[in-house]
Amino acid sequence: MEPLLWLLFSAGGVVAALLLPVLAFLFGFAFPLGWIGPPSHEHLWALVRHPLTRLVVFGVCTLSLFHWAHRFRYTLYDGLQIQHLGELVELLCYGGAVLGSAMAAYVLWRV
Amino acid sequence: MTEGVPHTRHHPRWLRPRLSTYWWLQRRSYFAFIVRELSSLAVAWFVFYLLALIRAVSLGAMNYERFLAWSRNPAIVVLNGVGFLLVVYHAITWFKLAPQAMVVHVRGERVPGVLIAASNYALWVVATLAVAWLLLRT
Repeated sequence: MEPLLWLLFSAGGVVAALLLPVLAFLFGFAFPLGWIGPPSHEHLWALVRHPLTRLVVFGVCTLSLFHWAHRFRYTLYDGLQIQHLGELVELLCYGGAVLGSAMAAYVLWRV
Repeated sequence: MTEGVPHTRHHPRWLRPRLSTYWWLQRRSYFAFIVRELSSLAVAWFVFYLLALIRAVSLGAMNYERFLAWSRNPAIVVLNGVGFLLVVYHAITWFKLAPQAMVVHVRGERVPGVLIAASNYALWVVATLAVAWLLLRT
């Protein structure tokens, strides 16, 4: 199990590093602060309706969430020294990633 | 691991000094490590944020406008600003580590780490431009 989780963590680390900074910059404050005009609804609508976009976004979401789960698990262990709560922490982290992935599937399915 | 072992005359108590919960504040390198680890929270936040945006877009123009209005909330902008710094820090540290994680050989020669890191950064630039182009072309 651990190698698989590590693989997901690692793949998630790559996609998050490649794609999240630009998305965070644009939607996080470049559009809200008016530095750049936000894209029109039609444009975004057409973009997210494309099956390829949805597939890529689903991959980015799922892998990024498993990246979070794996890394945050060890952050909790090391940062707070709660190794003895191992099972609870694992449930919280990986369970959260599974739940988030299900949410992503629902949102992208219902576009 | 050893908690259950009773200490007797011939089985002394294990010496395991308790580490402070704030051990990561003691050194710059420890602090940098914990910040890097906490960047995962920003990663999870932006996944949620992106899904909220896509949901709003798929519910119609009104909902998209409402999302944009919500994203202008100063608290959200500050949160996104901090999150942005963290995901950039994640990206930089991730690509810096890449040469150590992947050893590539070409014609029996090991490709130098600098080249691997450089190709990762180049890929980052390409991905950034591609996303920006997809979103901003009119």
